[in-house]
Amino acid sequence: MKLLVPVKRENRIVLGVAFFVAFVALWWLITWTGAVPKHFLASPWQTLVSAWSLFATQGFTYDVGMTIWRVVGGFVLAAVIAVPLGIAMGVYKPIEAFFEPFVSFARYLPASAFIPLLILWVGIGEAQKLTVIFIGCFFQLTLMIAMIVAGTRRDLVEAAYTLGCKDTGVIRRVVLPGAAPDIAEALRQVLGLGWTYIIVAELIGASSGIGHMITDSQALMATDHIIAGIVVIGLVGLISDVLFKKVNQYLFAWSLLR
Amino acid sequence: MSRLSIRNVSKTFPGHRRNVPPTQALLPVDLEVGDNDFITVLGPSGCGKSTLLRLVAGLETPTTGEIKLDGTNISGAGADRGVVFQSYTLFPWLNVRQNICFGLREKGMKLSEQREISDRFIAQVGLRGFEDHFPKQLSGGMQQRVAIARALANDPKILLLDEPFGALDNQTRVLMQELLLGIWEQAQKTVMFITHDIDEAIFMASRVVVFSARPGRIKTELDVGLPHPRHYTVKTTPEFMALKARLTEEIRVEAIAADH
Repeated sequence: MKLLVPVKRENRIVLGVAFFVAFVALWWLITWTGAVPKHFLASPWQTLVSAWSLFATQGFTYDVGMTIWRVVGGFVLAAVIAVPLGIAMGVYKPIEAFFEPFVSFARYLPASAFIPLLILWVGIGEAQKLTVIFIGCFFQLTLMIAMIVAGTRRDLVEAAYTLGCKDTGVIRRVVLPGAAPDIAEALRQVLGLGWTYIIVAELIGASSGIGHMITDSQALMATDHIIAGIVVIGLVGLISDVLFKKVNQYLFAWSLLR
Repeated sequence: MSRLSIRNVSKTFPGHRRNVPPTQALLPVDLEVGDNDFITVLGPSGCGKSTLLRLVAGLETPTTGEIKLDGTNISGAGADRGVVFQSYTLFPWLNVRQNICFGLREKGMKLSEQREISDRFIAQVGLRGFEDHFPKQLSGGMQQRVAIARALANDPKILLLDEPFGALDNQTRVLMQELLLGIWEQAQKTVMFITHDIDEAIFMASRVVVFSARPGRIKTELDVGLPHPRHYTVKTTPEFMALKARLTEEIRVEAIAADH
C-alpha cells in the first residue's frame, strides 16, 4: 500500500463487497453459535425471510414509499428556500451578517427535539413529518451553500467584470456555474441527513412508514423485522446517494477534469 | 491625442486591523499612453506596478488623481479595457470557444457573429482544433493564449496584461512574446504590459516605464527604437544589449532597495 495512490476500479469493487461479506459472516457466526439469543438478534437468513414476507404479504412497499416521499418532500422544501437564501448570503455580505448568526444557532437545535412541539402545533399528520425533515435539513444546507458561494474565485469574478459583466451577470454567469457542483454535493450530503431524521419522526405518532413498522415490531419483539427495516433504510439511502452522485457527475463533468 | 492619461494617481491601502498602518502601494504617478503604443511597465516585485494596472482596469479605485481613457474618466471595470491576468482565469466550465465568446455573449451579439469573431481569434492564437477543449485540458501557455483571445475578441480600446507569462517556462514565454508582438504589429492596439523580466520588457515595447521599489513611482521612461517587425534575433543586437545593460542597472538598484 502506497500513500494516496488510488486503487484500480475492479479492486475497489472487490474490497467494498468483501467488507459486506465479512460483516454478514460475523453476524451469521454470532447467531449460529447462539452467542446471542435469537429473539435479541435474528440471523441473516431469518432477516431475509422476514424482509420477503414484509414486502410480499404485509404491504411494506407502502411504508417504504411513504418514508421516501416524506424525506424527499421535506428535503425539497428545505432546498427550495435554502439554495436561493444561501446564494444571497454568500454573495451579499450584509444579508449574511443579518441571517448567519441565527442560522448558525438554529443549526445546533436537534430536529428531533421539535417533535413534541410539532405534534402540538401541526398534529401527527404528514405536515409534522415534513417539518421535522425541513428543520433538520434547512439550516445546515443554508450555511453550506453560503460558504460554497462565498468561496467563489475572486479572479474569475474580476475577469468577468473586465469582460463587461455587471453584478447580475457575474452572479448568473460566474458565481452560479462555479458553485453548482459543490452545491449539488452539499444537497447530496444533506439528503443523507434527512434519512437520519425521518425514522425518529416516524417512531412517534405515525401510522405508516419504516419507522412506524419498527416501533410496531418492537412491541412484538420481532427483531427480524426491525433489522430488515434498518437494512432497507440503508439500501434506499445508498441507492439515492449513488443516483445523486451519477447525476452530479453527468451534469458537472467539467469539475472532474484534472 | 493620447488614449490613456494617468494624472497624479496614487493608491494607499488602509490597514485592516488596528495598529496596522495603511500601506502606500503607489506614489503619485503621471503617465500618458498614446494610440497604438505598446508600453511595458518594468519593476521589482511588490513595487506597485500591478496596482497601477488594476487601477486602470477599474478593479481598484485610486486614492488620488484621475485616469482618463479617450478623455473620459474611468469608473469601475468595463469591456473597453481588456485584461489578461497572471493567474489562469479562464472559466473552467466553459470550453475554449465559449470562453472567448464570454464578453460577446454579454453584449448580446448574434451567435453567428460570435462564431465568426471567435474563429478569427482562435486562428490568430494558433488554437484551431482546440475549440471544444476545456481549460483543464490545456497547457499553461495555451490557457494564456485563450485569455489573450478572450480579451481581444471584445475589441477593447486598450489591452492590459499583468505578467501574463510569469508562470510559464522560459521557452514558452519567448514564443508567447513573439505571438503577442505579432498580433500587435498586425492589429495595432494600445497595450500596457506589466513585467519584471527585462528581456520581455524591451523585446515587445515601444516604450519601457521603469518603476522604483515600494512605494512605487515612475523612475525613468525609455523609448525602444528597435524596428518592426521584430524577430527574436533582435535580442542579440548591440542596440538591444545596450538597452538591457542600462535597464539592468536601473532595476538592480531598485531590487536592492526593495530588499532592505
